[in-house]
Amino acid sequence: MGASQTRAANKYQDLTEKTGFSAEQIKNLHTRFQQLSGNEETISRESLENISALSNNPIRKQIIEAFFDKRNQHQNEVGTFQEISFEQFLMVMSHFQPPTLKTTEEEKEAMRKEKLRFLFNMHDTDNDGTITLEEYRKVVEELLSKSGAIGQEAAKAIADAAMLEVASTNVPHMAPDDFYEGITFEHFEQILKGLEMESRMHIRFLDVDTTTMRCGKSTS
Amino acid sequence: MPSRTGSHSPAGFGRSAPERGLLLLTVLVLLEGSVLPLGAASSPDISHHANSDKHQVADVGHNATKKPFPVLAVEYDRVQIPFEISLWVLLASLMKLGFHLIPRLSSIVPESCLLIVVGLLVGGLIKLAGEEVPPVLDSRLFFLCLLPPIILDAGYFLPIRPFMENLGTILMFAVVGTLWNAFFIGGVLYGVAQIQPANPSDLHQLDLLPCLLFGSIISAVDPVAVLAVFEEIHINELLHILVFGESLLNDAVTVVLYHLFEEYAGVGTVTVLDGLLGVISFLVVALGGVLVGAIYGILAAFTSRFTSHTRVIEPLFVFVYSYMAYLSAEIFHLSGIMALIACGAVMRPYVEANISHKSHTTIKYFLKMWSSVSETLIFIFLGVATVDGPHAWNWTFVTVTVILCLVARVIGVVGLTYVINKFRIVKLTTKDQFIIAYGGLRGAIAFSLGFLLNQDHFPMRKMFLTAIITVIFFTVFVQGMTIKPLVELLAVKKKQEAKRSINEEIHTQFLDHLLTGIEDICGHYGHHHWKDKLNRFNKKYVKKCLIAGERSKEPQLIAFYHKMEMKQAIELVESGGGVKLPSAVPSTVSMQNIQPKKPPPVKAAERALPQLPKGREEEIRKILRSNLQRTRQRLRSYNRHTLVADPYEDGFGDLLLKKQKMIELEKKIKEMNNYLTVPAAPPDSPTMCRARLASGRDTDFKPAQRQKGNKNGSDPQAYSVKPTSDRVPTIQVDLASPQSPDSVNLLDEFRRAEQPRGEAGPDQGLMMKPASAQSGPNKSREDDESRDQQQKLMRCLSDPGPSADEDEDEPFLP
Repeated sequence: MGASQTRAANKYQDLTEKTGFSAEQIKNLHTRFQQLSGNEETISRESLENISALSNNPIRKQIIEAFFDKRNQHQNEVGTFQEISFEQFLMVMSHFQPPTLKTTEEEKEAMRKEKLRFLFNMHDTDNDGTITLEEYRKVVEELLSKSGAIGQEAAKAIADAAMLEVASTNVPHMAPDDFYEGITFEHFEQILKGLEMESRMHIRFLDVDTTTMRCGKSTS
Repeated sequence: MPSRTGSHSPAGFGRSAPERGLLLLTVLVLLEGSVLPLGAASSPDISHHANSDKHQVADVGHNATKKPFPVLAVEYDRVQIPFEISLWVLLASLMKLGFHLIPRLSSIVPESCLLIVVGLLVGGLIKLAGEEVPPVLDSRLFFLCLLPPIILDAGYFLPIRPFMENLGTILMFAVVGTLWNAFFIGGVLYGVAQIQPANPSDLHQLDLLPCLLFGSIISAVDPVAVLAVFEEIHINELLHILVFGESLLNDAVTVVLYHLFEEYAGVGTVTVLDGLLGVISFLVVALGGVLVGAIYGILAAFTSRFTSHTRVIEPLFVFVYSYMAYLSAEIFHLSGIMALIACGAVMRPYVEANISHKSHTTIKYFLKMWSSVSETLIFIFLGVATVDGPHAWNWTFVTVTVILCLVARVIGVVGLTYVINKFRIVKLTTKDQFIIAYGGLRGAIAFSLGFLLNQDHFPMRKMFLTAIITVIFFTVFVQGMTIKPLVELLAVKKKQEAKRSINEEIHTQFLDHLLTGIEDICGHYGHHHWKDKLNRFNKKYVKKCLIAGERSKEPQLIAFYHKMEMKQAIELVESGGGVKLPSAVPSTVSMQNIQPKKPPPVKAAERALPQLPKGREEEIRKILRSNLQRTRQRLRSYNRHTLVADPYEDGFGDLLLKKQKMIELEKKIKEMNNYLTVPAAPPDSPTMCRARLASGRDTDFKPAQRQKGNKNGSDPQAYSVKPTSDRVPTIQVDLASPQSPDSVNLLDEFRRAEQPRGEAGPDQGLMMKPASAQSGPNKSREDDESRDQQQKLMRCLSDPGPSADEDEDEPFLP
């Protein structure tokens, strides 16, 4: 963003309303964004792939893909971007905000749905509304991709077991020749009910401008 | 029989049948009375008492032997101490047993309350019998024998994840909260003691330091009491870990405060320097305890790496190392509780990977057994000690103490939460605060610490003890009994009873990586980042050193999957052979239903025929597999002393090994059958393959080649009978698959298992017949087919090994 400071400040205001981040948080994220993009307006897959800390992450591909997924922008669009702007970057990040003490139950519920939808979209790569067995296997495979041959072999068995579990929880009485196409979003919600996604899927966005500040162990 | 014991009993009783009478008398007196204490070993005055006892009884014995050869001699004193210990333990166990027989009672009153009442009754009886009430809750006994099992149980099974996630909050409550409580209670008590000039009482002599000491004793939340109550109210994980974690970690604070104030109570003054030393001492006590525990934990993990040839003593290492950690910490006055917790938590992941499944079950059992007996004993002893204790009731002191405890706790929790909530992401609500404050139960640790006080230095010891007991009774009875209704009234979130599902595990892992990734993209290093780093370090170096063989490379998810598979199998076997699925999930869904590429022709054929539900097939397969596994393990442990080491000794690796073999085998079968079932599927998982085979077999529409493939016995999991064999098949038939590398070995073992039992196999098959009959909707099936099914069922129902020890295995599996 080569814009002047005042324009940037106005823009922050705008983004604060849209995403719920505070101005400081947006500023911090913006700094990071520029650092990643090399002071460009947009960011490409390559710049994210170059983050060295990510290289050990088994689900790196999916994470990066999520940033370029149009479904995560709340605009009823499907497909992928080639490059995303800061605003879009921020929209994706906004899925990782924690609930506050003031959040009402309904808001929490909505938040949970949104977060789950984000996860669901990560799994449902072809956007047909269900996670098929193939897709699920892929997820588990990726998850175990750092553990070599054992991982590859076990991944399928695990995905199958997991799928079986989803099917039997949600459609307990299936005729032998029925076919469970895949996990719908409702079923996805159902099986992850116990995980309390609204309070677990969050990271701590920094308010203060020091990127070196550590804030892990003592709180959470 | 003019023995000493006889004097307490009806005299005529003994004369008629001397020997038997004497025996009866002894037992009677023991039961009726009281008798001497567990503490006899440790307290000097009692052992003296026991000695004099010994002489008298010895004289009696001597007199008796003058007559003809004694057919029956009595020498009670020789066994006195262990005998009495056993009696107490028996009493405790019977009480525990009794409460669970009266469900209505135990649903209203917490067990801890009932046990205290029992203790009061027993104490009362002892007093009535005119005996001296034994100092059962002797401090050494308590801290060296009764407390460690409970703490080890808590530490070993500590849910590490929520504990670490909330460590900040827990530490805040444990350290700052306890300090606040101690000083507030101590300070205000001192104030109250001073402002009563009109009422001449002993309270005036109370100095500040004893007050503070008393405050520090009374302020610590007690893990035993908390556990006893919180286990019953099934509160959500967050609150449970907050209160329970606090009760564990405040030990360090209590230890330091106690020693600090006790040290200076005689001197009378505490300087700033002493305070500073106290702070340093706190750090040393807490961190030192953790360090000692961690060292022993790592040692235990390392030792367990090499136990693969001596499986029987595996559990012992866990217990002994932990106890050593506790004792070592106590040597230096470090926090033994923290050492135990650290030791258990550190060793568990590694030990669990190393030891066999049986040993794991043993550890669970022993820990649960010891801790529950200890807990029962502690509460009973608390009751007995109450009857016994020298009391000095002071209305003012007691009431003020109880009120102060409540007030301090509430203020402390509310104030601390206000601060903590500024840092927490998941904030603590008012309800949470209430439960945390209300859950601050006091217990036997406080009493034991009070008991340790020196009467010379603390003339108010009796009053202190009375007040401590009152507070304990108040918290355990009033708060303990009302917390359950209150939890329901406030609709506090409860713990989900459902066990962890594989989907949840997958997504927990997924979320971990996702959040780490997002943090990395954000470019700051939050706790996900550090956790990830730690995990990777653990995987890369620590696991290699501490875990033997393959298992060290196994990712968490796979380990979880294996565990789950195992558990499921065991549950199924236990539930009576899979006729009914124990879990709430109905089982009509199978692999077939989620299988994406289902060739229509097979489907059509299946629809035409009624068949064994797929879920059941799945179960049977699992049962069989688990039976194989379990039989082998059992054989190993049974034959420990006579057999040479089994090459497949390594417990869980066993499962892995077998799995791999199965995969290989199934690949071969698949190659054979491929063109018949699914065209060109990718190399398949064992589950899928088996599912497909199973479904294929159920159809009558079996091409010849396929039949042949099965007939060759190449599928280790397929239960098809060889057409030639018309006797009731036993498991050997299935195992004799030529491809299976360990089939010979297995066969041997099975034979060995079968031999002593002779013709048990068919018997079992017959016994199980009704079950199998009701299980399959196989009416319209051809004869041949239905027999096939029944045999399958029978085979999976008949447990090939000695089944007597079977039942012990499961209930504790989570």
